Amino acid sequence: MTDFRDLSLQGIWKNNPALVQLLGLCPLLAVTATVVNGLGLGLATLLVLVGSNVTVSLIRNIVRNEIRIPVFVMIIAGFVTIVQLLMNAFTYELYLALGIFIPLIVTNCAIIGRAEAYASKNSVGAAAFDGLMMGLGFTLVLVLLGGLREALGGGTLLAGADRLFGPVAKDWTLTLFTTEHPFLLAILPPGAFLGMGLLIALKNSIDAHIAARQTVVHQKATRARVTAEN
Amino acid sequence: MKLTLSSSPHLRTRRDTGQVMRLVIYAMVPGILAQWYFFGWGVLIQAVLAVMTAVLAEGTILSLRKKNVERALSDYSAVLTALLIAVSIPPALPWWMTVVGTLFAIIIVKQLYGGLGFNMFNPAMVAYVVLLISFPVAMTMWLPAAGVFADALSLADTASLIFTGFTQHGYDITQVRGAIDGVTAATPLDTVKTGLTQGATYSELLSRDIFNTAFFDAMGYGWGYVSLAYLLGGLMLIRLRVITWHMPGSMLLAVLVVSLVLHLTNADLYGSPLFHLTNGAVMIGAFFIVTDPVSGSTTPRGRIVFGALIGFWVVIIRTFGGYPDAVAFGVIIMNMAVPLIDYYTRPRTYGRTPRNSARGGQQ
Repeated sequence: MTDFRDLSLQGIWKNNPALVQLLGLCPLLAVTATVVNGLGLGLATLLVLVGSNVTVSLIRNIVRNEIRIPVFVMIIAGFVTIVQLLMNAFTYELYLALGIFIPLIVTNCAIIGRAEAYASKNSVGAAAFDGLMMGLGFTLVLVLLGGLREALGGGTLLAGADRLFGPVAKDWTLTLFTTEHPFLLAILPPGAFLGMGLLIALKNSIDAHIAARQTVVHQKATRARVTAEN
Repeated sequence: MKLTLSSSPHLRTRRDTGQVMRLVIYAMVPGILAQWYFFGWGVLIQAVLAVMTAVLAEGTILSLRKKNVERALSDYSAVLTALLIAVSIPPALPWWMTVVGTLFAIIIVKQLYGGLGFNMFNPAMVAYVVLLISFPVAMTMWLPAAGVFADALSLADTASLIFTGFTQHGYDITQVRGAIDGVTAATPLDTVKTGLTQGATYSELLSRDIFNTAFFDAMGYGWGYVSLAYLLGGLMLIRLRVITWHMPGSMLLAVLVVSLVLHLTNADLYGSPLFHLTNGAVMIGAFFIVTDPVSGSTTPRGRIVFGALIGFWVVIIRTFGGYPDAVAFGVIIMNMAVPLIDYYTRPRTYGRTPRNSARGGQQ
């Protein structure tokens, strides 16, 4: 049980693929102009990650070490193709909006990184859970960055939600403010880099805050133990 | 006799940072007055707004960083950055855009990199580029160079235009621009840029109103005098030894040479050197922006390379790029090249000649 807790913590916070490992930045920076685009690509990556982790874990004792990387890539490419065809069928407009970045999930280092570092060494259940948590961590950052850029750049949130969730979501768009001068920088590529930098800085400062607190507690605990041992 | 022992360096500068920055600010006064005379009260309102924002932002960030706020603020670098932003933007820019630009310059470009002395980019120019690519329409809404005494816009009207978007009589910026001279006023650089794409030749464009009234025909009305005022302030700075001639000299020379070469190849397509030197931000750029001691090159030869390449980029981007003016882009591009320039132009170590350094020097 603690194993799963640790995996969740690693995937979403401590070892977040986007904020800590800085993997998969290309799609991350390119598609996060809106929340919906970010969520769409995040979910697609999540599906591929779970699928590839499970498959890699299943074949980990069959595939010879020398040819493991090409095999991993083939597996990932297979799952990406599945996701791409599914998106083409069910969320066609989002499929058009994300464009080349769906097939490019193949080259997302976060996925092959998990296959190599975790799935090829662990059991199916743990690998699947690791894929899920890493995928969620990645999706979370995509959604946050998308939200930040969309809110700053156009004053809306969840614009075009129907492209992902179907006609039900037609009026999910939240309008925070309307302006005739949108802050274009946030939507343009520099906005992605700046936003990403700020998110990483925020995470690091939260970590530093937590660490500062824990040292105090830790010191007290150490003293208590030393006296007990004596 | 009292002997004091101290570690190197033993040479003392005559001025501290605050004095240098204040001298630069004083040297900007002629240019700012010229801008006020030709473009109205906007520039003064923007200056006050930008300076207040910059000082507040700098103070807040410094106290968050637990630095000595009073000492850091007394170096006047934030004030100078704010003034450079205020004179670069259109005088009637909505107030919040000025605030956004200034905050970006101080917080992100300057303080996040470590404050004065550590920023690799020129804060004012990054702020200008951020505003230009974020709000391209508002950032090209220059008022015509009508002169403040031409009954164009009163102080109250300008303030109302900046803070509410409308003059006291309810005209917005587009109507104001149209009402003054009947046609939509553009800057001289804009006029040439759009004119050339519409098939007019350079000499035909020089006969437009915006050029006609000037002293020399390639000098835009108002703009030329503003440039001359900044030239005057800049020469004052060189005279007072606040800046050296290297960067402004090489930049102006590069602008002259590159534009002359282009002009000689096809005078119908490419503006003359005088046109490039006296319009837009070249003069203020050469003396007040390029000479930023922090983000520019630091070696004597490096300064010449740095300035010259900025001049080169200004003419090239103005002529072949999408934007009418390019000083900010030139400065930012070359800011990125500064470590490389400094690396290749390191001064010779005393006692080393090319011959003995090839043997590994004399240790």
